[in-house]
Parts: sequence; C-alpha cells; structure tokens
Amino acid sequence: MDHPAAHVIPANAEEIIRIEGLNKWFGDFQVLRNISLSVRRGERIVICGPSGSGKSTLIRCLNRLETHQSGTVIVDGIKLNDSLKNIEAVRNDIGMVFQHFNLFPHLTVLENCTLAPIWVKKQPRATAEATAMKFLERVRITDQAHKYPGQLSGGQQQRVAIARALCMAPRIMLFDEPTSALDPEMVKEVLETMVSLAREGMTMLCVTHEMGFARAVADRVIFMDQGEIVEQAPPEIFFSQAKSERTRQFLDQILDH
Amino acid sequence: MNAPASSHRPFVARRLDWLRENLFSTPLNALITLVTLALLLWLGSRFVSWALLHAVWGRADVATCNALFGQGACWAVVADKWRHMLFGIYPQDEQWRSALAVVIFCGIMVFSAMRAFWHVWRLLALWLSGSLLCAWLLAGGLGLTPVPTALWGGLPITLMLAVFGTLFAFPLGILLALGRRSALPIIRAASIIYIELVRGVPLITVLFMASIMFALFLPEGVSFDKLLRAQVAIILFNAAYIAEIVRAGLQALPRGQYEAADALGLGYWQTQLLVILPQALKITIPAQVNSFIDNFKDTSLVIIVSIFDFLYAVRQAVISDLDWRHYFVEGYLFAMAVYWLFCYAMSHYSQWLEKHLSRDHRL
Ligand SMILES: Nc1ncnc2c1ncn2[C@@H]1O[C@H](COP(=O)(O)OP(=O)(O)OP(=O)(O)O)[C@@H](O)[C@H]1O
Ligand SMILES: [Mg+2]
Repeated sequence: MDHPAAHVIPANAEEIIRIEGLNKWFGDFQVLRNISLSVRRGERIVICGPSGSGKSTLIRCLNRLETHQSGTVIVDGIKLNDSLKNIEAVRNDIGMVFQHFNLFPHLTVLENCTLAPIWVKKQPRATAEATAMKFLERVRITDQAHKYPGQLSGGQQQRVAIARALCMAPRIMLFDEPTSALDPEMVKEVLETMVSLAREGMTMLCVTHEMGFARAVADRVIFMDQGEIVEQAPPEIFFSQAKSERTRQFLDQILDH
Repeated sequence: MNAPASSHRPFVARRLDWLRENLFSTPLNALITLVTLALLLWLGSRFVSWALLHAVWGRADVATCNALFGQGACWAVVADKWRHMLFGIYPQDEQWRSALAVVIFCGIMVFSAMRAFWHVWRLLALWLSGSLLCAWLLAGGLGLTPVPTALWGGLPITLMLAVFGTLFAFPLGILLALGRRSALPIIRAASIIYIELVRGVPLITVLFMASIMFALFLPEGVSFDKLLRAQVAIILFNAAYIAEIVRAGLQALPRGQYEAADALGLGYWQTQLLVILPQALKITIPAQVNSFIDNFKDTSLVIIVSIFDFLYAVRQAVISDLDWRHYFVEGYLFAMAVYWLFCYAMSHYSQWLEKHLSRDHRL
C-alpha cells in the first residue's frame, strides 16, 4: 500500500458531488454544521475524526439514509430533496459499504449480489448472475458464491458487501468504517480490495482510521470534529503539516497506537 | 441451596436432596406431601379402574353399560356414536367427504410444518389448493351433492375454523404489523386502533358480535351465513394476534438490513417482501405455531353461537339420544383425547422447531 495513487485526476475533472451549507440536527443536537464540500469524478477522499463527529451522518446524507434540514446536496447533477424519483436516481449512482456488512443473511452470497440488479435494475437473472460472478471473482469469493453470509468470515463478508455494491455499477462508493468491525488479520484483505478499486478510478468517500490506506490512495484527507470540516488536504500535507491544533492532536492519538 | 458441591454429586443423590428440601423440609410439609400423594394415588387408581379395568369396550348395548353404571366407563357410547361425534349431522352418505376434508386439513398442517414447503409460492399453492378442495368437499356442487352449512359439523368444522382462521388471518396480520410500523400516520393509527381494540376483547364477544350484532347492521333481507360469520370473526380476531407476533419479528431485525436495502435502491415493498419479511417471519415461526395451538382450542367457543364444531357434535351425539344420554363424561373424555392428540403433536413440533431453527446459520 505504499505506492502512490496509480492515476491522477485531471484538474478539470467534472464535479460529481456538491455539498453547500449543509446542516443537520438530531432533535436539538446539531450533528452537521455548515458543511461545504465538492468532490470531483474519480477523487478518493478519506474522512476521519473522533467518534461522534458526524462522519457517518455526512456520508449517509449523500444517499439519503439521513435527511438534512438545510443546505444543498447535489450528486451527479441530481439534487437531493423529498422527490422519491431523485432519491431513487441518486441511490442508483451510489454504492455503500457498512461497518457491519449488513448482508442479507437469508440469501446466499450470489443472491445477495443479484437481488438489487434483478429487482431494481430489472436485469435478467442470467445477466445479473454473470455480473455478480465477475465481481465476486474480483474480491476473490467465487468459491463461496452458494454459501450463506453466516458461513463466511468477517473479512469475506465485507468483500461480498463490496461486490454487492459494485454489481449495481455505481459511480460513487461510500465506505463507513469498513474495517473497524474486523479482526486485525482480515483488515488487510478488505483494504487491498478497496485499494484496487481506488486504482481503477472509482470515486470513493471512505470514513476510516486506516491512515496507511489514506496515505496510499487518498487524494484528499478530511478531518471532522463536532460536525464541522476542520481541515482538508492531500495526505502528504495532511499528515505532516496540519494547520489546526485539533487535527494535530487527533493525529497524535491515532498514529501513536 | 446448602451444599455448594451438590452439582458434583450423583444424580440420584441430588434428586433426594431436592425432595428433602422442597417436600419434606418441615413435619407439616412432610404431612401435606404424604396426604397429597395418597390422594393422588387413590384418585389415580379409581380412574384406572373406572376407565380401563371395569370399562365396557367395543360395541355393546346400553343395558350392558347401565349394569356397570358408576363402576366402569362405557366406551361403547363412543363406538356407537363416533360418526355423529366426528361429523355431526352431515348427511351419512356424504360423510366420506367430511372425512376426506379432515385428512386434507391435517395434510395442510403437516406440509406447512415441513421446511421443504417454506417458500412463498409453495405455501400459497398448498394453502389455496387445500382450502379450495376442502370447501368444495364440504359444500358440494360441481358434481357433488350440495350440503348447506347448517348441516356441517364435527371435526372438519373445528379444523376448518382453526386452519382457515390462521391462514386467512396471516396476510391481514402481516399488513397490520407493517401498518403499525408505517411512516404514514393514518395507516399507523388505524393499525394500532384495530390491533388494540381486538386484543382488548375476548373472542367470545367478537363471536357474539358477529352472530347477533352484525345482523342488525345489515339491510333487511340480506343475511350472511352463520358459519361464515363465525369464521370471519375468528379470522379478524386472530389477525390482531398474528400482527403482534409479526411485529416482534420485525423489531428483532437490525436496522442495518433496512439501510442496506435502501442503499441498494430497493423500494418499500421490495424491501419488505424480499429482505425483511422472509427473515422476520422465520424468527416468528415458533410463536406462530404456539398461537395456532391456542386458536385451535379457542375454536371450541363457537358452541355459544350454536355452531356444530367437534365439541358440540360430541355433546349432541350423546345428549340427543335418550338411551345413551347419561354417558356424556365418556364423550367429553373422547373429545379431550382428540384435542390433546392434536395439541400435543403441535407443541412437540414447536419445541423441535425452536431447537432446529436456533442452529440455523441463515438466521
Ligand atoms: N439516529 C440518531 N438519532 C440521534 N442521534 C444520532 C443518531 N445518529 C447519530 N446520532 C448522533 O449524532 C452524532 C454523530 O453521529 P455519527 O454516527 O455521524 O458519528 P461518527 O463520526 O460516525 O462517529 P463514530 O466514529 O462513532 O462512528 C453522535 O453524537 C450520535 O450520537
Ligand atoms: Mg460512524
């Protein structure tokens, strides 16, 4: 993971995500404060910050798993509001990988991967299965395609979850702490999958504390604290010349351990 | 409670400890234990002597029974009246249809209990074909002599009320459970009101409502079949309980399942039908079986709106015959045995199922 990112985003690459003045409250508690962020196609962004800083909430606002109260979120030209059509269109564009995998335990690995292509994209079963096998091969799970998630290790389950998201041919992938529920020996296999995805030019937003991953593939690292974006910079600058005291403190803490 | 080492001691010694602690701890307790034991033994031996040793078995005439009245049970009454007990006043020549319906109802239950059938389409096919077949057999038409519902009776009716009462309540219960968790306030409120209203009253009042009150609301001249009304009442009643069982299953699912489905772009019904319900319903199967056992026994309440279920048929078979009418205890014991057989099988199945499902990696 110590190679530099394999591809460079052209400076004029189009903007694929635009967030402006985003605010969100849970009851009286303000989770996101005036967030503005623009992401270009192909960019790989790592978001870090202390627990409760609003990282998950921020990326969940992108596919409307959370609704925001003010500000604008535009994904691939589609504005996220109450319009079900827009939500549907945006979700078609975004794949998401969760901390706890959230595979469907009653379906086999293959069925997990073909469910949405068949029912949402109306693909014929054979097409969906062929695509699924292709992605399962990429995450090196082909021989387990007919097992149930409960029969796989955590690392394998997370790789299936990545394949499941990829089967919908998303243009953006969101990762919410994809390795933090895994035993240390399985973290590597999942990170490798993510790195190879990053190398192919997928637009990625990853909430993670795997700083090695951030160094290897991120174009930009974002530090959040108390619902705000405190600092954002390319990894080489972020890790050595952070401007804010809060960022340096946070980095001290996680890089020590 | 005393010896901390008790768990290392042999089984028999531990049993003796238990006896000493719980049944013979004081002289008074010991006395109560002994007296109770003696009473139980005495009653038990009396019952065995009456029901088995001195009983009249097989076909016999009333005189034989009368000679032994009070000393031995007269099982001859069952031998003499079993058809009337099992099938009520359904026309004698057509009772094979009732018998076949009983077999089919049992088949529906047995096949529904088998894992191989736990797929939406297989279950729907089984339930629909079984239900239609039974309805046709009992009602007639299409080549069979029509038999009005007023003549239906006995075990098929008990099974019908229980089986239809669960099968048709099932989809309604699922909708109510989903409604209760709906984001739409009107649907949620309506579901809650329905469920809580129904759960707040005993089945017997619902049956009364269905049989008497209902008729008052209908325009003059329009009348609903009495049996159908009771059946509908039972379905509507069970639906509320099934809804609560399903709701418990829905609540047991982690939120991540909904989030994953949302993130993949599945719509509300797709999420419910493909992701949520298959898991939630599977969790609730043992509870559903238990509730079916309750429903099965509760159907005997239809006696109060004079519907000829099995229990009523047994009673009528004995009481209506001047010669045999003193032998209703034997009749009731026979009914009890039949109910027990069904319920025992079902409760065993439900225990087996709970163990079996807890080892399932798919849950
Ligand atoms: N559904 C909710 N209702 C109320 N409060 C919530 C809800 N979800 C999150 N919060 C609160 O919002 C804050 C931000 O949550 P969020 O999950 O975005 O943090 P995070 O940065 O992802 O933290 P972590 O590293 O622990 O995952 C937390 O204080 C959390 O308690
Ligand atoms: Mg989080």
